[in-house]
Amino acid sequence: MSSTALSQFSIPFLMGNNLNAWSEALAGFNLFGLPLGLVILAAIPLVFIALYSLTYGVYGERKISAFMQDRLGPMEVGKWGILQTLADILKLLQKEDIVPTSADKFLFVIGPGVLFVGSFLAYAVLPFSPAFIGASLNVGLFYAIGIVALEVVGILAAGWGSNNKWSLYGAVRSVAQIVSYEIPAAIALLCGAMMAGTLDMQKITMLQSGSLGFAHFFLFQTPIAWLPFLIYFIASLAEVNRAPFDIPEAESELVAGYFTEYSGMKFAVIFLAEYGSMFMVSAIISIVFLGGWNSPLPNIGPLALNDMTNGPLWGAFWIITKGFFFIFVQMWLRWTLPRLRVDQLMYLCWKVLTPFAFVSFVLTAIWEVYVP
Amino acid sequence: MQELDTTGLGSVRVTRKSDNVVVIEKDLATEQMVLAMGPQHPSTHGVLKLECLTDGEVITEAVPYLGYLHRCFEKCCENVDYPAVVPYTDRLDYLAGMNSEFSYALAVEKLLDIEIPRRVEFIRVIVAELNRIASHLVAIGTYGIDLGAFTPFLFCFRDREIILGLLEWASGARMLYNYIWVGGLAYDVPSDFLTRVREFVAYFRPKTVELCNLLTKNEIFVKRTLGIGIMPADVAINYGWSGPMLRGSGVKWDLRRNDPYSVYPELDFNVPVPDGKLSVVGDCLSRHLVRAFEMDESLKIIEQCIDKMPSAEGFNPRSAIPKRIRPKAGEVYSRAENPRGELGFYIQSDGKSTKPIRCKARSSCFVNLSAMKDLSKGQLIPDLVAIIGSIDIVLGEVDR
Repeated sequence: MSSTALSQFSIPFLMGNNLNAWSEALAGFNLFGLPLGLVILAAIPLVFIALYSLTYGVYGERKISAFMQDRLGPMEVGKWGILQTLADILKLLQKEDIVPTSADKFLFVIGPGVLFVGSFLAYAVLPFSPAFIGASLNVGLFYAIGIVALEVVGILAAGWGSNNKWSLYGAVRSVAQIVSYEIPAAIALLCGAMMAGTLDMQKITMLQSGSLGFAHFFLFQTPIAWLPFLIYFIASLAEVNRAPFDIPEAESELVAGYFTEYSGMKFAVIFLAEYGSMFMVSAIISIVFLGGWNSPLPNIGPLALNDMTNGPLWGAFWIITKGFFFIFVQMWLRWTLPRLRVDQLMYLCWKVLTPFAFVSFVLTAIWEVYVP
Repeated sequence: MQELDTTGLGSVRVTRKSDNVVVIEKDLATEQMVLAMGPQHPSTHGVLKLECLTDGEVITEAVPYLGYLHRCFEKCCENVDYPAVVPYTDRLDYLAGMNSEFSYALAVEKLLDIEIPRRVEFIRVIVAELNRIASHLVAIGTYGIDLGAFTPFLFCFRDREIILGLLEWASGARMLYNYIWVGGLAYDVPSDFLTRVREFVAYFRPKTVELCNLLTKNEIFVKRTLGIGIMPADVAINYGWSGPMLRGSGVKWDLRRNDPYSVYPELDFNVPVPDGKLSVVGDCLSRHLVRAFEMDESLKIIEQCIDKMPSAEGFNPRSAIPKRIRPKAGEVYSRAENPRGELGFYIQSDGKSTKPIRCKARSSCFVNLSAMKDLSKGQLIPDLVAIIGSIDIVLGEVDR
């Protein structure tokens, strides 16, 4: 990304001129020839996005589940309990940091960190607006698929390091699950990449813009696209360990899976990583299939809705809205469905999703080649 | 038979059974692991401890360890008067206090050979059936949690709350009622009680359908329970199973019909038994279905009781209660159909004392749980959880 792109974004809307000058200065900050300032500048908004998606993700989860279950949910802290998550984070910060005596201290400590880094690094390639993307890699999608696998290392470290049988079960299940589900997920995303002809997330998004709004989204471009869309959505649920695939942390079976022994801030970091990944996969699915930051509204004759609702700030609004919509669907499923068994989960991955992913891959290829 | 060592970890045996069937066995050097499930585990329904020997995720053996909730029920009974045992019976199966009290009251009344007013009988049946519904709601709701579905649990508890409210209104307590006394009741029901019960029945009928749509018909739920933990009818009888567990294995055995007590012979209700169409007879799903259908039958019973109930005019719920309970020397065994099966009381009296010299409770949960070793062999850990949930134990009754 370039600093000019950022300043376009920032001057009129968000920051005053002073702040802009400050960000220009930071952007020019180099250390040993490395553009360190730029990296910091890009990282700051990403951290905020991740933290907000956690805070309001957790709040949303509790409120949505309460709504589905005839309850009120958190009501005490702030109006409608809106500050509940902040209170919870404050509580977790004050908690004693317990490391079990028989745990492998090194693995136990780095586990949550690796887990968080794995989910958070993918944020770098998510285009949050036409003017803002952390790192505009030309292999962005490939990077996003690959970097998520780093989470597996964190989970395994946490589960093995805890020296607890339940944690170990959770970790092993989780690793098997994530590694397996990456295959249908990656193939499904490749269908999107094939339609775009590029792996650059920003370019994939740009290819889906147009005056007809949602009609330009890849999901509506071919009659096949809904298949990889569904496959990726199901596989992403499994990748982020959400119900009905929450087997690694299956409460009724494995107590809490790989984070049984964690408490305090380490637990909070694992939690943050989980909600971070939820938003991350939701953002990826909306970028690849639903146009990312493009407005879904079409231009209707003289009423240029699409033109009115596109732009840097609107872009951020749209992608976050789309992301939150998928998070809502994830929560909806979680509070409705029971949990699959381990073997049923693997059956679904290898015998249903993967063959269908290949089918959709071939069909998309045929469509792209033979249909103009 | 060929012996190959291709992996370096152990040998691989290839056996050719026939032309088409080749069996490949791998001898990987694996060890079995002892996994202590409970007493602090979310899905052991209290303080049950299962010591599992596992090979990967497969259970080779699971042995239940009991006694974490032992409260000396039987010894306590030998030291208090007959009426004073009633509160203790509440604490056996704390999810179905009314049924336990009912069973105990029946036993002592049989020993004393006394007649009790008809209205008392009907009120007893109503509160017992209400409590049966409440108990099955807990069973079904927690079974949902065991399988990862959280929402049905809260739906069940929402409806159970209404029943607990009704029973609290009648007896003054939410769970440990001390309402059904030997020879009568603590109080008559409040004047508006029966109308409210009728309202509840009307409210609850559609809710059972909702619960069925949300949980019982759910594809994943069916996949998790269908064909899991199958108990053949003959083995179930040999273990001494009773209640929904035995009916789940296809045996039509309900003490309300087979050894009738109170006013049950006058009432019209079915005994649901799985026919093998919706489930494999004897599996977890059958047991779940039996409980779900039983709630409907209980609603029927409650409605009939309200219709047939004699009026409250000149009614004293304590009229038949003996001033001093001192039965003739002898012994009695009396049993009643509890939500979890047959709860029987064996009481021995020496004819002199106002205290039973022996009071033994035959607990259905304990007997049902004893089959755990058979049921769990070769199952996966998630299936073990599903099986424990389907047995629907209350540790208060297992340990006493």
